[in-house]
Amino acid sequence: MTMTEPIIFEYRGSRRQPFTPLSEVPANLPEDALRQDQLLMPQVSELQVVRHYTRLSQLNYSIDTNFYPLGSCTMKYNPRICNRLAMLPGFLARHPLAPEEQGQGFMQCLFELQQMLQQVTGMAEVSLTPMAGAQGELAGVAMIRAYHLSRGDGDRRQIIVPDAAHGTNPATATMCGCEVVEVATRPDGDLDLDALRTILGPKTAGIMLTNPSTLGVFERQIEAIAAAVHDVGGLLYYDGANLNAILGKILPVDMGFDVVHVNLHKTFSTPHGGGGPGSGAVGVGERLRPYLPVPIVERRDGAYVWADESDRPQTIGRLSTYMGNAGVLLRAYVYLRMLGDEGMQRVADFATLNANYLMTCLAEADFELAFPERRASHEFIVTLKKVTRDTGVKAMDFAKALLDRGMHAPTTYFPLMVPECLLIEPTETESKQVLDAFVASLVELRELAYSDPQQLTTAPHSTPVRRLDDVRAAKHPDLAWRGAPKPTSK
Amino acid sequence: MIEAPDNLKYTEAHEWLRLEDDGTVTLGITDHAQQALGELVFVDVPDAGDSFEVGDACAVVESVKAASDVYCPLAGTVTEANPALGDQPELINSGPYVEGWILRLEPQNPEYLEDMLDAEAYQQLVAGAED
Repeated sequence: MTMTEPIIFEYRGSRRQPFTPLSEVPANLPEDALRQDQLLMPQVSELQVVRHYTRLSQLNYSIDTNFYPLGSCTMKYNPRICNRLAMLPGFLARHPLAPEEQGQGFMQCLFELQQMLQQVTGMAEVSLTPMAGAQGELAGVAMIRAYHLSRGDGDRRQIIVPDAAHGTNPATATMCGCEVVEVATRPDGDLDLDALRTILGPKTAGIMLTNPSTLGVFERQIEAIAAAVHDVGGLLYYDGANLNAILGKILPVDMGFDVVHVNLHKTFSTPHGGGGPGSGAVGVGERLRPYLPVPIVERRDGAYVWADESDRPQTIGRLSTYMGNAGVLLRAYVYLRMLGDEGMQRVADFATLNANYLMTCLAEADFELAFPERRASHEFIVTLKKVTRDTGVKAMDFAKALLDRGMHAPTTYFPLMVPECLLIEPTETESKQVLDAFVASLVELRELAYSDPQQLTTAPHSTPVRRLDDVRAAKHPDLAWRGAPKPTSK
Repeated sequence: MIEAPDNLKYTEAHEWLRLEDDGTVTLGITDHAQQALGELVFVDVPDAGDSFEVGDACAVVESVKAASDVYCPLAGTVTEANPALGDQPELINSGPYVEGWILRLEPQNPEYLEDMLDAEAYQQLVAGAED
């Protein structure tokens, strides 16, 4: 396989006629609006284009070819049928501003998706408009804030966030004008309830939790936490990042949550990772219902209609120009329709079974677990601190060396509180053979760490690019190709 | 074994403090903290004149692994922040106790320094966390 591939503009010297999108100037454009320079287009033939993009796809690491223990956080396997049906010509050609009567089929899909997500979360109503998980969070906390303000309770500005939380949680609270108060986690992975009680009070707006938590364990005191927060007048926000573990098994509403965001792209079948597209649908209980972002699909007199600001005057407003990421919503709709209630439970069954199997195998192979006394949810944490102390080989070196063995690295160095950690999420679709091979690779790498550490510290050896300079990439990012030939004037 | 000079005071959040002759206190993060963070790529320091209460986030250190707040262990007003860190955050990696200092402040209660960890207690804290 070719290990490098030039940028398409670098295919020079070809005698091909450059592609020009418009051969004739449209008659209705004024003279001064016409460009004077020739349009810069790659000078390539069709075959060169095909080879270029095929080679790039071969250089890419993909879940279509290999194991990807980053899990649903970045990419679980997404059934092909979801994408195929979302790409039906009627969906693709639909204009977002088309009149309601011309989009009834599409709107029915969204309406039914809203209903299915209500069932999955137990919430009273769902809005599909947030276009990313972070936007769903923003909507959730904005609704909490709007609720307190509407009651003349404007001093409630504190949002409580566990120290193990995703970085987006405190960022969201800050963006909503709230003050972040951190609460500690106990060594067993559960929240420090005593510490929480000392923080709670008349300034508490709410608490943001993921359950199972970012530590890969189910928060066992969730009912006590919910009671304590509600007792002081605060609300509970559920970050749906780890919904894969509880799908069809337990409803966020039964844990006491008032508002939920669901990462449709993570749990419900959209290829993502690397920046989108996403969907952070939000669901709320009765108290927050008036504040849901618009538009929302409603059914009136047998027809589907958009409910907007005129129907919901207390809404926090719009989070996207139209109604969210249509493609992601449609893929989620197909996925949920195909799974049904029973299929959804099987997702959670196998996601947690695979994680617990892998965790047990690694523990039996003497890998150190961050929470050895706890059952895994859909993911779990291994700490390599002993190996690092003995050999100097770090979690990052293991991660890079896994690439040489045809496996993607799990998440490294998150959560931050666990030193030299790997956060491993195999997902529901992997086979036992793949999981066994992953264990064998980690065992082999640990032996190498003691016998020939350099093999790991210089890894990867067989990938298209070797170890990248993270520091330089962060400090001096080089994002633009500046070698483009200067366009020639007409 | 990490480095932790005897003439400094330490916090459980892995900061060090040094009382200067002029009564100000210099603050930075420890050798252990810089090792755990890895190579730093960005440091956000406060302006001279900024005031902090105990526990306020007074600086941000960002590495290839993580971004982390530095919490002010003493209430006071910043007299000076390390101007070199803007261009060379890696100074914290190369010399966390020397060229990698983060800020100096005029403490409200310099006597609280006495209650902080000494080098031996800090070394024990770090060793305990690693077991």
